[in-house]
Amino acid sequence: MARMKFLCDADRCIECNACVTACKNENEVPWGINRRRVVTLNDGKPGERSVSMACMHCTDAPCAAVCPVSCILSTDEGVVLHSKDLCIGCGYCFYACPFGAPQYPQLGNFGSRGKMDKCTYCAGGGGTEVPGSIEEYRKYGANRLLEGKLPLCAEMCSTKSLLAGDSEIIAQIYKERVLTRGYGSGAWGWRTAYRESIAI
Amino acid sequence: MLIKREQVERRRGSLAGALPGSTSGGLDRRSFLRRSGLAAGGLAALGTFSPGMLRTTQAGPPPTPGVPVERRKNICTHCSVGCTVTAEVQNGVWIGQEPSWDSPINRGSHCSKGASVRELVHGDRRVKYPMKLVDGNWTRISWDMAIDEIGNTLAAIREKSGPDSVYWLGSTKFSNEAGYLFRKFVAFWGTNNVDCQARICHSTTVAGVANTWGYGAMTNSFNDIRRSKTLLIMGGNPAEAHPVSLQHLLEGKELNRANFIVIDPRMTRTAAHANDYVRIRPGTDIAAIWGMLWHIFQNGWEDKEFISQRVYGMDETRKEVAKWTPDEVERVTGIPGEQLRRVAEKFAKDRPSTLIWAMGQTQHTVGTANVRASCTLLLATGNVGGFGNGANIFRGHDNVQGTTDLGLDVTSLPLYYGLDEGAWRHWCRVWGVDYAWVQSRFASKQLMEAPGIAAPRWFDATMLAKSSIGQSDNLRAMMVFGHNGNTITRMPEAVKGIEALELLVIVDTVPTNWSSVSQRKNGTYLLPCGTQFESSGSRTNSNRALQWYDQVVQPIFESKEDQEIVYLFAKKLGVADQLCKNIAVETNRPLPEDLLREINRGGWSTGYSGQSPERLKRQRDHQGDFDLVSLRAKDGPCAGEYYGLPWPCWGTPDLNHPGTAILYNNHLHVKDGGGAFRARFGVERNGATLLAEGSYPLGSDIKDGYPEFTMAVLKKLGWDSELTTPEMTVIREVGGNNIDAVSWSTDLSGGIQRVALAHGCIPYGNAKARAVAWNLPDPVPVHREPIYTPRPDLVAKYPTLPDATQLRVPNIGFTVQKAAVDQKVANRFPLILTSGRLVDYEGGGDETRANIWLAELRQDMFVEISPADAQARGISNGSWVWVTGAENSSKARVKALVTERVGKGVAFMPFHFSGWFQGVDQRDRFPQGIDPYVLGEAVNSITTYGYDPVTNMPESKVTLCQITAI
Repeated sequence: MARMKFLCDADRCIECNACVTACKNENEVPWGINRRRVVTLNDGKPGERSVSMACMHCTDAPCAAVCPVSCILSTDEGVVLHSKDLCIGCGYCFYACPFGAPQYPQLGNFGSRGKMDKCTYCAGGGGTEVPGSIEEYRKYGANRLLEGKLPLCAEMCSTKSLLAGDSEIIAQIYKERVLTRGYGSGAWGWRTAYRESIAI
Repeated sequence: MLIKREQVERRRGSLAGALPGSTSGGLDRRSFLRRSGLAAGGLAALGTFSPGMLRTTQAGPPPTPGVPVERRKNICTHCSVGCTVTAEVQNGVWIGQEPSWDSPINRGSHCSKGASVRELVHGDRRVKYPMKLVDGNWTRISWDMAIDEIGNTLAAIREKSGPDSVYWLGSTKFSNEAGYLFRKFVAFWGTNNVDCQARICHSTTVAGVANTWGYGAMTNSFNDIRRSKTLLIMGGNPAEAHPVSLQHLLEGKELNRANFIVIDPRMTRTAAHANDYVRIRPGTDIAAIWGMLWHIFQNGWEDKEFISQRVYGMDETRKEVAKWTPDEVERVTGIPGEQLRRVAEKFAKDRPSTLIWAMGQTQHTVGTANVRASCTLLLATGNVGGFGNGANIFRGHDNVQGTTDLGLDVTSLPLYYGLDEGAWRHWCRVWGVDYAWVQSRFASKQLMEAPGIAAPRWFDATMLAKSSIGQSDNLRAMMVFGHNGNTITRMPEAVKGIEALELLVIVDTVPTNWSSVSQRKNGTYLLPCGTQFESSGSRTNSNRALQWYDQVVQPIFESKEDQEIVYLFAKKLGVADQLCKNIAVETNRPLPEDLLREINRGGWSTGYSGQSPERLKRQRDHQGDFDLVSLRAKDGPCAGEYYGLPWPCWGTPDLNHPGTAILYNNHLHVKDGGGAFRARFGVERNGATLLAEGSYPLGSDIKDGYPEFTMAVLKKLGWDSELTTPEMTVIREVGGNNIDAVSWSTDLSGGIQRVALAHGCIPYGNAKARAVAWNLPDPVPVHREPIYTPRPDLVAKYPTLPDATQLRVPNIGFTVQKAAVDQKVANRFPLILTSGRLVDYEGGGDETRANIWLAELRQDMFVEISPADAQARGISNGSWVWVTGAENSSKARVKALVTERVGKGVAFMPFHFSGWFQGVDQRDRFPQGIDPYVLGEAVNSITTYGYDPVTNMPESKVTLCQITAI
């Protein structure tokens, strides 16, 4: 069984935000919720680099570990999904997440949070809805994986910087790239998310 | 340390069982490989799915079961790269966007704009129905009423002030067909006051580059850059303006370990990926290029054989270059000599080298000269007309190349025929209309052949004294199709111009700032047109490739397609029958296929003759057959063709010319897309030949230079006997009693082109490129300081050109520059203000700021200021500041972005914002409910006087400003 991961090649990312709007388009995510974003380091200085960030679908996901209602689960492909029916909007997962992925729509005037929302790897939701159904779509967004497709953010990446797919294959693609061009700043976030890095 | 509370249960082993109606093996092997990147060597991977997990491939929000989902291909509307957009449509609704893996241009990719185009036809901020201002209030009216009232007003203005008092501002968002129809319609209205965004984006490129070697367009292609060993980007920021092109640039850089050099005033997002970044003072490109050439000539790195065979006038250039010693270059540009020497050496030695530019070179008072200096650098190093080199000029909008080609231009009829009598007679023959009738539509034969007023001068032509304008009266009406007002400099004066107009008609998808910026109360109409996703036709991307696109959905609300709107006006004004004499019209919609066929019948000069709708549609259906690097199809029904049949695609469609992926490339046979520099400027000058010497396209029967092909030339060569009888009949009809003068560009049979090609010859002749363009103001480009320069000390040595009348209006740049120096403007406004693009928005920005997915990304207008300048002014990052300009007491309230991206003394503002003006939020002036989500100050409310002498390109890249904390 494939282990699905994301890999952002920071030497290719140009901060074009295609991943961000592709996600909005595919999942019809409302204003204010950002499942994916691009972070730029050393903005405007020599050595400026950008990384596209979302839920990395960690191995032994810390968010799942802290969830008081156990609504966060990993699928067999390693995709971390959650159930919005069970979620109580407590925000623990936000503090546990090393990548700042969980998002909450604001409810009411007193900072109360709605149900957590995050990148689903375009794999639907972790609730009881029928996968691929309109009910699932409305609550969680698209289920591309079910259709044999990858997350749209990676599929539409302008420079093929953001890779998604089976861990071994994307690691191989990255490795070949680094060998060809002679440089690479590493598989960003992999050690934190997956407790491994890519040896070149 | 996180402690795992409980073992997480693994679930969803088999999704298929849970999905009603799922099928197994829904993904075929081919698409599987493409997605996994194994086929294309780039993308991500699915890995090993069990087939049971897959269902039939469908899009975005899950489709309603039982209703078919259709896939339609369109083209992204936002830049000139030409990315295919794959839309999934159900019940006439665009429900999802999928990656377009087959396109050799974008290979599935998009940028933020392309990945969000679905919202353009979903957005509720679109203009929904025709409206007009009644005493300052936007009022809904019907289409019939709108066309009727506007038509009557136009007729009255024509009666009173003549046809030249109406300005027809077209759009680079038009399809080729709509653009062509618009140009033809304006010809029948009787004026040359017809222009488009090309004027303010690459008009100087078109003029400068065409005057160097024949055609004013990108010589190679985005894909061909994969072959380059040195990429020099000077005056462009493709990472933000053409993001998908970076895929080719970066892969080329990686595969060839190529030099990736950026020369720019800003350390742009493109420069972040460069292995050499050179900071330059804005407006000193010529000095920098001559500085590079100084090192090249000094060290003998130039390509001597190339120069002797294919270049005219390099010795004159050497004299100018000799003045640009490293010290002088550093004094003027700020670039250290050693750094420039390194760049010059790489560019000259690590070949093939390509020079990439965009608006950083063009939007200057010296724009035409800038691009000619760039061409000279390429010529001197033998870097044009081959694989992996060339002038890769990235155009702006998705069809700016096509609308430029099709004559949305005050200086020419379609396809660069110009405006002389011969040009008019050629097009009248194509159109099947009487030349005398067309002439009768104009105020005079003289005005029929005189270039019109350049778009950025429209308000000068509205407000200057009648006597100083080269036509019978001032402008009284602006007909604005798909063109935002905040893209033009000197906005405070433009606002007065808008208020002075009798009639203002805005045809657009969103209200644009034309509708909101002025205090107009009446005489203003807002008509809804569809986006290109609501239309069909062809578009020409930056590398001259034509792509056919299909209508995704019907025009939404009461919107109409561009060509229908043009047709309705033509009908109202009584020229519809002549306009569509040979074009089928279905319920007021001239068919794009027929329009393209008519373009084919007249487009000989630029090789728009071979791209029939049938050939383009065949390519659309077989995109996957084209090679990623050469862009040529190896097999399949399009075998041998280049993708998009890039012009020139010679002869009739039957001739099956493959198109020309690389211009002037003599390493190929002309039938394989080879060529030579164009013989456009005569055969001899001052005793020196202008024809190529010992250089010719592969397999040519003539092993030397030759002039353009005419009947006289064919006769001289004895090749005229190869013309068929039907071809001779047409040539006799065209030529009348002087058939010797019928040329490759006026022969409507295509026979002359066919015979030339059969002998391996290029129809337009085989000449030298010109390093000296004797018909332009500075035959050899000369550095001239910007009108508002931070270095008044250099003005005496490098002044701008004297005042003159150009394109019917005066250009008083010299007077303005002198006054600025005399009044010491640079002391009060010490910062250079430059402008440019952001990745998330496009052009004037109203359409993209009305796209909710894009608007969220960039919610504030800002000014970039260096840390040193900010500190000196007590400005902190993110705080509000006033930016004040050197003219009109202009000011703008924006947020400060303190960053090292700009050097000390330079400020940068993006040009996509409007809706605030001089500190005032004008949101309440938009028609209710359709104001863009994000508003902000327009940079062009601060920009100042300054126009290129050849094309009247406005100077939007260098002016002066001051920034103060609020």
